Amino acid sequence: MSAPYAKLPAWADFGLIPLINLIVAFLVAGLVVLLVGESPIEAAGLLLKGAFGSGSGIGYTLYYATSFIFTGLAVAVAFHCGLFNIGGEGQAYVGGLGVALVCLTFDGLLPWWLNFLLAIAGCAAIGAIWAMIPGWLQAKRGSHIVITTIMFNFIAASLMVYLLVGALKPPGSMAPQTRTFLPDAHLPKLNWLIEMFGFSVRSTPLNLSFILALVMAVVVWALIWRTKLGYEIRTMGFSPKAARYAGIKEARIIVITMAISGALAGMMALNPVMGDQHRLQLDFVTGAGFVGIAVALMGRSHPAGIVPAAILFGMLYQGGAEISFVMPHISRDMIVIIQGLVILFAGALEHMFRPAVQAAFASLSPRAVGIDAEAKGEGA
Amino acid sequence: MDVVNLVLQLFDATIRVSVPLLLAALAGLYSERSGVFDIGLEGKMLAGAFAGASTAAVTGSAWLGMLAAVAISVFFALVHGFASITHRGNQIVSGVAINFIAAGSTVILGQAWFSQGGRTPSLVADARFNAITLPFADTLREVPLVGPIYSELVSGHSLIAYVAFLMVPFTWWVLFRTRFGLRLRAVGENPAAVDTAGISVAWLRYRAVICTGVLTGLAGTYLAVSQNAGFVKDMTAGKGFIALAALIFAKWRPVPAMFACLLFGFLDAFAIRFQGIALPMIGKVPVQLMQALPYILTVILLAGFIGKAIPPKAGGVAYVKER
Repeated sequence: MSAPYAKLPAWADFGLIPLINLIVAFLVAGLVVLLVGESPIEAAGLLLKGAFGSGSGIGYTLYYATSFIFTGLAVAVAFHCGLFNIGGEGQAYVGGLGVALVCLTFDGLLPWWLNFLLAIAGCAAIGAIWAMIPGWLQAKRGSHIVITTIMFNFIAASLMVYLLVGALKPPGSMAPQTRTFLPDAHLPKLNWLIEMFGFSVRSTPLNLSFILALVMAVVVWALIWRTKLGYEIRTMGFSPKAARYAGIKEARIIVITMAISGALAGMMALNPVMGDQHRLQLDFVTGAGFVGIAVALMGRSHPAGIVPAAILFGMLYQGGAEISFVMPHISRDMIVIIQGLVILFAGALEHMFRPAVQAAFASLSPRAVGIDAEAKGEGA
Repeated sequence: MDVVNLVLQLFDATIRVSVPLLLAALAGLYSERSGVFDIGLEGKMLAGAFAGASTAAVTGSAWLGMLAAVAISVFFALVHGFASITHRGNQIVSGVAINFIAAGSTVILGQAWFSQGGRTPSLVADARFNAITLPFADTLREVPLVGPIYSELVSGHSLIAYVAFLMVPFTWWVLFRTRFGLRLRAVGENPAAVDTAGISVAWLRYRAVICTGVLTGLAGTYLAVSQNAGFVKDMTAGKGFIALAALIFAKWRPVPAMFACLLFGFLDAFAIRFQGIALPMIGKVPVQLMQALPYILTVILLAGFIGKAIPPKAGGVAYVKER
């Protein structure tokens, strides 16, 4: 291939182009707001005010961001191996089962921190299994992982409905949910964290799993860039042929990567189930698994990008609620559009503006761009 | 006689729920056979349903509704084409994006235009595609066996339902008996060969995704302007993915796709009809299991335990000319 994408300086590659993509996505979203007959600038102001204007706003923003960090990391780990795990939604959903089983069994018996550790193990294990099956089917039977993970989302949804209207529902209750966990299976809130910065907080759902999410971001970074396994995963993602030639066991890496990815997605359940609602409900994931795709694409699959991207989406979720108070036509579904536009422009159309940016760079300083033959392998 | 009636009703319901699946599966067939994976069937169908219902509600014409549905579906199909053919973006990512944009914008625009919580106004009978009574359906009703089958099962569906089933032989003919179809299949298997023959890969794939857009638009019209009297938030409810499953189940062939859609439709109709009733021999089947069965069957098939589903070779890969 004759250099379709000449080399750009790293800051342009990892900073400027994603930023342009993001701005275009938000401009198009602004058009939708205009179409509905509201002012996009006013909406943006309300959004910021809702998300960061008060201590509670910040708490909710970070609460939503917690879920998105987990699911974003899950998608990113799979991306590094060249796998598209679209099943984060289902893995998080069954992950809730792991949390609930631990909490329902041990609440009233163990201190909260032991319950927390057991719940982490529970949701990670179930999430991992739910993702490993598609991984195994891809590695050993050649079935397409995208299709299988989509199917597993639906199977997970049916399974959870079956359990929640049946075995998990306390006798005599009509609502499809488990009983409320006892207080020693609740995660501590992190209101003090926001108060530390001088905001007053009444009550927010922000809880300890936020810290866990940040820890997992560091762990994922270390895993991908500082371990042998991470090296093997990246090699597989970059070139399966090279990986095979280097003696890396393809099937093993795929299954392990998917297990890690599923475990991360499963941990997302800790945040709403153990941190906020204190019971397992229908549809508690509410699309967070899919937001993870947008977050991972926006963060370029790097934890240092995923955490801010997750906070941005947390801001959209929280600020979106604020907008809908003032502008009744704009409900939270606006975020679904923005999410789609971000996926479109930062994902599928990520190279659209590259030629223009390159032309601009070339006209400024041809030598710095190294136009000749420095083809980067990412064109295909 | 009661049993016969029950079976007839069940099959009739099967046909009704299969129509949108069938149209969406055939839509996916054109795109995927040309080498463009499309998991955005769901979104295009939803957008089509919304455009169709709102246009029919405003103009009072089902036909204008259908036109709008097809137009908006084709637009989304072209966005998918623009991303995945022209800009060689990831086709899965693009499909996911379209699903979200459709899911969000239908609700936002619906709320802004009609203020009914994301619904469109209920359509009057004239603004819908209504059931058609085929000739002699009433006179033949009394004939044993053939009569009820003809008058209950074959007659009494909307125009789009008949179009959907006619699309099956038509798609087969286009795909396997025309030059366009030969090239379409070739471009999904070996685009370089098509390119060498001097045919534009991109233009061929664009035409394929346009076909996809037209058919998903029809599927959306059926949902919102024929089967139901208006658009409801998230009314496709995963049908686009069941259609995708049916397409894989059928190994990307039109006639088996019809049978796969009928099978999945039957499971759905069966689950609704026999909800919570204990069956002889089997006992009470949880309705959730019936709902999950299409997905489970597809996973098993994809894993190669019942036959092997091999997708078009160049599927999911953008074509780069100079290689």
